[in-house]
Amino acid sequence: MALAFDEYGRPFIILKEQDQKTRLRGIEAQKANISAGKAVARILRTSLGPKGMDKILQSPDGDVTITNDGATILEQMDVDNQIAKLMVELSRSQDYEIGDGTTGVVVMAGALLEQAERLLERGIHPIRVAEGYEMASRIAVEHLEHISKKFDFEATNIEPLVQTCMTTLSSKIVNRCKRHLAEISVKAVLSVADLDRKDVNLDMIKVEGKVGGKLEDTELIYGITVDKDMSHPQMPKQIEDAKIAILTCPFEPPKPKTKHKVDIDTVEKFQTLRLQEQKYFDDMVQKCKDVGATLVICQWGFDDEANHLLMHRNLPAVRWVGGVELELIAIATGGRIVPRFQELTPEKLGRAGLVREKSFGTTKDKMLYIEHCANSRAVTIFIRGGNKMMIEETKRSIHDALCVARNLIRNNSIVYGGGSAEISCSIAVEAAADKYPGVEQYAIRAFADALDSVPMALAENSGLQPIETLSAVKSQQIKENNPHYGIDCNDVGTNNMRQQDVFETLIGKQQQILLATQVVKMILKIDDVISPSDY
Amino acid sequence: MAIERILKDDASEEKGERARTASFVGAIAITDLVKTTLGPKGMDKILQSTGRGQEVTVTNDGATILKSLHIDNPAAKVLIDISKVQDDEVGDGTTSVVVLAGELLREAEKLVAAKIHPMTIISGYRIAAECARNALLQRVVDNKENAEKFKSDLMKIAKTTLSSKILSQDKEHFAQLAVDAVMRLKGSTNLEAIQIIKKPGGSLKDSFLDEGFILDKKIGLGQPKRIENAKILVANTAMDTDKVKIYGARVRVDSMSKVAEIEGAEKEKMREKVQKIIAHGINCFVNRQLIYNFPEELFADAGVLAIEHADFDGIERLALVTGGEIASTFDNPESVKLGHCKLIEEIMIGEDKLIHFSGVEMGQACTIVLRGASHHMLDEAERSLHDALCVLSQTVNDTRVVLGGGWPEMVMAKAVDELARQTPGKKSHAIEAFSRSLVAIPTIIADNAGLDSADLVAQLRAEHHKEGCNAGIDVISGSVGDMAELGISESFKVKQAVLLSATEAAEMILRVDEIITCAPRKREDRM
Repeated sequence: MALAFDEYGRPFIILKEQDQKTRLRGIEAQKANISAGKAVARILRTSLGPKGMDKILQSPDGDVTITNDGATILEQMDVDNQIAKLMVELSRSQDYEIGDGTTGVVVMAGALLEQAERLLERGIHPIRVAEGYEMASRIAVEHLEHISKKFDFEATNIEPLVQTCMTTLSSKIVNRCKRHLAEISVKAVLSVADLDRKDVNLDMIKVEGKVGGKLEDTELIYGITVDKDMSHPQMPKQIEDAKIAILTCPFEPPKPKTKHKVDIDTVEKFQTLRLQEQKYFDDMVQKCKDVGATLVICQWGFDDEANHLLMHRNLPAVRWVGGVELELIAIATGGRIVPRFQELTPEKLGRAGLVREKSFGTTKDKMLYIEHCANSRAVTIFIRGGNKMMIEETKRSIHDALCVARNLIRNNSIVYGGGSAEISCSIAVEAAADKYPGVEQYAIRAFADALDSVPMALAENSGLQPIETLSAVKSQQIKENNPHYGIDCNDVGTNNMRQQDVFETLIGKQQQILLATQVVKMILKIDDVISPSDY
Repeated sequence: MAIERILKDDASEEKGERARTASFVGAIAITDLVKTTLGPKGMDKILQSTGRGQEVTVTNDGATILKSLHIDNPAAKVLIDISKVQDDEVGDGTTSVVVLAGELLREAEKLVAAKIHPMTIISGYRIAAECARNALLQRVVDNKENAEKFKSDLMKIAKTTLSSKILSQDKEHFAQLAVDAVMRLKGSTNLEAIQIIKKPGGSLKDSFLDEGFILDKKIGLGQPKRIENAKILVANTAMDTDKVKIYGARVRVDSMSKVAEIEGAEKEKMREKVQKIIAHGINCFVNRQLIYNFPEELFADAGVLAIEHADFDGIERLALVTGGEIASTFDNPESVKLGHCKLIEEIMIGEDKLIHFSGVEMGQACTIVLRGASHHMLDEAERSLHDALCVLSQTVNDTRVVLGGGWPEMVMAKAVDELARQTPGKKSHAIEAFSRSLVAIPTIIADNAGLDSADLVAQLRAEHHKEGCNAGIDVISGSVGDMAELGISESFKVKQAVLLSATEAAEMILRVDEIITCAPRKREDRM
């Protein structure tokens, strides 16, 4: 490590505990960073596309996750390297923003870094490379806009949406019944979508999973499921036209928050207190009954006596329902959450067409279904599957599909998948490169090469000859001036993605290119890494 | 330049071929472990827990064995998981599912070594699984309409399930017990209504099914030991010192006489409560919570049988069998539903006294009393019986039945083989492999029984070449026999679940090309 000296020749300390830090500077630092970024991308590269492989991740506690979702892999990988952490962030932000394409964005960034390394070796300044990338990404994004298609769907014709979701799901383990799941996802999104405002609140879709059954048994419930059962085993298991009282106060004796004492010193007092207590329970239940509730959902517990009184008055009740679920129930049934018995009025009751308890398998697991709610916007996707890992993976896949459907409703422009969009962009960027006079030209050309890496990885994972296939498709695109040619991953026989109905959302693709470029720029700009050394 | 380290220090990463080998090895090791327990002549395992006391379990139940293992291999964990799910969902076939998944992986390993891509294998397996399921569907027998025949189907299934367990000596007896118990449920799968009481002593043959309900409690002192035409109130209420529940209440007095007064009032209150309870016109009172001496005495005076501290399940079951409701307040006796039964009496099983409720109104619940030489024996017997009960209750819902003894596997294998011959491309290798894995199951059954598996399976295959053949392995005589004649049947639902879950698990493991193990969480070492 370099030392600075002052004018008298004494060593001058710039960094605290300088000798205990390792430092990488200049080209060394850039190369180290690039190789770290590339290493992360290489892990994800094999997960890309419909024939991508899965990874097993074992958490620090020994739990096993099997997934091929880029964001999940990176999140659970527990990386230590700073640059690798940047890549994790990158994938995560794609996940938050778009929800899909989390693997693609990392592979793209990795390819850009790889190309940058070569340029650096040629002596091009990193900033120039970064600027060239910036220009190229702008060209690519514009080009994407140019080749995108408007995509027509209506609430009655969901077929196109289903097709898109199927593209997303086909890269996951659930692709055995992708049709079924895609339909569920689209229906779920449409039922909560606000088509006028073009907005979808994904919070309204609850994704629940329960181990057991087959993947095909996964169902969409127009309503809510709660992992609870009736508080008393003999309460009715099915209620039609339920009026639901949603309470956040317990069926228990009052516990005033201020400190107090009730002193009992005479027999009379003892007796009145007892009577009061009995009346108190009676009142609580009576109040619920009076407003016309036929089901009580409560956040807290019940006293034995209250429980029996409820049962006795033929008022089914559910206890210990979590806060989030309580809110969802309130939204779905159009009821209000009532904090005190005194405030219970008929208007505050939620309504649901059918509430039923359902039990599963040989264990005594029971779930409560609340269906046909007054405000039927909230829906639940209830996943069944062979084992816990399968369900977790299905949850993630459904999340991706939901996001895709949402993005299409927000913005109905699409580009064709199977790498066709990347190839088309690559051609456009390549062509544009020659028009730039400066050193950036090289960076722009490198960007075009990097774009090729996504279709290349797709071809590789599908067991095709990567270079051969890519060059064939590329020439076909140029010859016929048709941006719909991509990699035929599923061996269908045609590589026209339009005929295969493989497409992705425009914003998803644009976001991928922009995010990847941004992160690469950031990494390229680093020329000094100071880290505490290992000892 | 050296590639930067990306993962944390203790983390490890295995890629491509190595990752795949690691999962294959793990999965196959697990399979080999449970393989020997398969079939009627399967062997048992002793499991010793690492906890205090080093408890010993002797079992032949796949799910129980796998649950108790501490495994580090991720692929092995997947297999354990599917076995657990199989247990929860259908209750039986926990060993078969693991063995089938393991065999599928074993075949896949060979294919991978022959340079076939895992994805191709997966798609082949999928087609094969679908085909196998359809083949099985075509040969199912459904006796839903015919109650008499259906009952004999259930009997056969129960016997088949039990024959691989410790109960096989008395399988006739236990199959009858299980079928009777399940038939009483009338289609519900709520096995909680069937209570299993284990009492060491006697022999397995002394186990019996009781129509009524047996509560593992004693009758209070000085109370009638036998009640006919009992009216029962099932309650969950405090019968010790009925506390004032209002928060912050406390007793503060300034003289001894007041203490006595309040004590009197308390007693009075309890007396009132007891009076109220008795006013229901009952002669038996069962409470979930404790009953103190004082109220107990009052009950005894009134000639009411009072049973204290029945646990939660006991109360619920009792409410279920007697048709009463669980009460906590006693102010309006006219509207509380009381439970009824013809006779309550104290009975002795072995050395213990139990309370027996017979002639109950709702015939749903029943009790099976297991007798046996030792605790281990009883535990294993309970597990076996539980398996049988699960399978039967599932069969009642899905009445389709297939033959057993390796017959379904052979039927499926034949159909899958047929398919492999018609399928062009590399997939056909995978489909063929699938059929080989299916045949592995009868092979293992024969091997475990000490028979010449190669010879038997070849014979079986030849038999199956004829249309509508019912041949399977008859382990008892060690030859190929007609399963329909021998009365060996299995539930279609179980077979289907085995087939689908095993394929799913194999697929999941095959898809993996990288294993990343995070650094284990550091634990504070207290030593």
